[in-house]
Amino acid sequence: MRKLIETSDAVAQAAMLCRPLVIPMYPITPQTHIVEKLASLISDGNLDAEMIHTESEHSAMSAAIGASAAGVRVFTATASQGLALMHEVLFIASGMRFPIVMAVANRSLSAPINIWNDQQDSIAERDSGWIQFYVETAQEAMDTTIMAYKIAENKDVLLPVMICIDGFTLSHVFEPVDIPEQKAIDRFLPKYEPGDKLDVKNPKSFGPIAFPDTFAGFRKMQDEAMGRSIDIIKNVNSEFKKAFSRSYGDGLVENYMIEDAEYAIVAMGSACGTARAVIDEMRKKGKKYGMIRIKCMRPFPREEIISAAKPLKGIAVLDRNIGLGAGGALFTEIKAILPEKNVNDIILGLGGKDITIEDIKKSFEIAEKENSSTQWLL
Amino acid sequence: MIMGLPEEEYFASGHRACAGCGAAIILRHALKAAGPNTIVVSATGCMEVVSSPYPETAWKLPWLHVAFENAAAAASGIDAALKKMGKRDSVNILVIGGDGGTFDIGLQALSGAAERGNKLTYLCYDNEAYMNTGIQRSGATPKYASTTTTPYGLKIHGKTQFPKNMPFIMASHGCYVATANISEFMDFQAKMKKSFSKPGVSYIQILSPCPPGWKSQTDQAVKISQLAFSSRVTPLYEIEDGRIKISKEPVKPVPVSEYLKTQQRFSQMSAEERAEIQKFVDSEWGKISGLAKSGLKIF
Ligand SMILES: Cc1ncc(C[n+]2csc(CCOP(=O)(O)OP(=O)(O)O)c2C)c(N)n1
Ligand code: SF4
Ligand SMILES: [Mg+2]
Repeated sequence: MRKLIETSDAVAQAAMLCRPLVIPMYPITPQTHIVEKLASLISDGNLDAEMIHTESEHSAMSAAIGASAAGVRVFTATASQGLALMHEVLFIASGMRFPIVMAVANRSLSAPINIWNDQQDSIAERDSGWIQFYVETAQEAMDTTIMAYKIAENKDVLLPVMICIDGFTLSHVFEPVDIPEQKAIDRFLPKYEPGDKLDVKNPKSFGPIAFPDTFAGFRKMQDEAMGRSIDIIKNVNSEFKKAFSRSYGDGLVENYMIEDAEYAIVAMGSACGTARAVIDEMRKKGKKYGMIRIKCMRPFPREEIISAAKPLKGIAVLDRNIGLGAGGALFTEIKAILPEKNVNDIILGLGGKDITIEDIKKSFEIAEKENSSTQWLL
Repeated sequence: MIMGLPEEEYFASGHRACAGCGAAIILRHALKAAGPNTIVVSATGCMEVVSSPYPETAWKLPWLHVAFENAAAAASGIDAALKKMGKRDSVNILVIGGDGGTFDIGLQALSGAAERGNKLTYLCYDNEAYMNTGIQRSGATPKYASTTTTPYGLKIHGKTQFPKNMPFIMASHGCYVATANISEFMDFQAKMKKSFSKPGVSYIQILSPCPPGWKSQTDQAVKISQLAFSSRVTPLYEIEDGRIKISKEPVKPVPVSEYLKTQQRFSQMSAEERAEIQKFVDSEWGKISGLAKSGLKIF
């Protein structure tokens, strides 16, 4: 069914279709619409889940861990300060290999306090052991939420997944969305069968202390699961395409007009829509522009980016975050895998500043004229 | 069954608690009272660390440790999941936290769970400091006690504040609340068992002697607990349906100094300071016993 709905609504409906049994929540702008929608789906009897109205995001993620340990599918959502408050427990969720799925409506981090969009919040958590997707449209937000469970729960992965949605710019935008049928989702995403769980018939200990002789081994296993998830993400993306006739690049990276491009933007999230429009316009003027859209920030799709970037003469990385004292996070990672290339870092769109057509044009100009520069578009 | 308790041990020996650790005794009895259909959640702290050195575990019940301040929140998640799986009535949830993880850093999560009415028993073993990290003061540390962050010095004499009244804080949430003592273990058992039949959060607090932290003898945990009871430092009571009920009174109350002298953490206290503690204990007892006598619904 195709409907004009808000992205937050699309995420909530996607979560509903995946039949989570427990939804711990705590409100924060611009995420709140997602859990409000879920609350009304539960209140109206459309979703048979237990919502836990926690007293903080730290507790929300802790409750998510408890529920997941007990063996049920869990969904939650947060943003900004809330995600930062979860920081400690994010590592525990991934370290204990619980396939929790969480939407993040990206917002800046204080100070100064600011409720608007950038990606500093989830970027700050990129090494927390969560798979991280950054989506461009309401449809993609919906589809990625569904795919997230299938990826997270894969026995070769067992990692939590964060779906990052630009706050307001995407979370509060209405777009036409194809809403899948419940039956089709049930076919695509089988009933959750946890491996180990808290069970009085088969008691196991979860969350022990690991000494130096074993600790690194656990971390390595997590890193290997991240590595394995690359192929699994691609497979799930293809399976999704088979079932619903839609997919997003190879599931990790989505390129736009890259085959013959000379200059490209590398970006994540909703600004990529604007970039597509600029590329279309400039192509008509003879410019060989293209885009590498990073859908998956973790695991970082190195090979996929290296191969897409091969023919490029210049790159502008759009960073909606700033690693203070080191440059944008995406830039640092792109430069690390493309050391010989002309990679420029564009810091923009912080704290809700729109990323305009002009900004994107300027970024392409920088890619053409500059050499590995850092520029702030204020 | 011996005295209504399973012979089965659910907290296995071989754990790494110090010799004479009161908390190890507490866990052994708490788990027996809880029985095999129980999921345990531990906060970070001594009992979590000594019981789970990977790949070993002392837990013969399903057990989850997440972090220091969030045991009650993690347990809320289990409560919700059990409910949705239709298993809520057949399984107990027992949360175990130290005083630091309960009075201080975990208070918010515990308050949240209590307000929401998540069904679980929260057992606080109160060794009156952060022992796992090396005997730092907590909100439960008694006044004048010497800890590594409140050393009894020439200028400042140990901790400068009285501890907070955690049972009353939990009673204010409408919870079933009980204090317990390892020298009165049948009473402890009965309160534990009762807690599992209560709706929402139940809160049980039990004094937990700690030889390295209290600088006490390793064969004295039960004796010291007994003195805490008979000196009224830790009165035994229940708060049920908002009313306080004294569970047991010492037949022959002893002065607080009898209790204090079993522990070197109090050894530098002056006579005036001891008198001040006696006064505090008397006034607390007066409050509790007075409220109990009144029969009023206070909470
Ligand atoms: C967020 C956080 N802060 C600090 C610590 C360090 N820490 C671990 S256990 C502990 C003290 C525990 O004290 P308590 O709850 O009284 O338990 P005990 O060790 O005395 O049994 C502290 C401070 C931690 N693990 N997590
Ligand atoms: S430090 Fe104290 S509480 Fe911790 S294990 Fe040793 S005796 Fe028990
Ligand atoms: Mg303690």
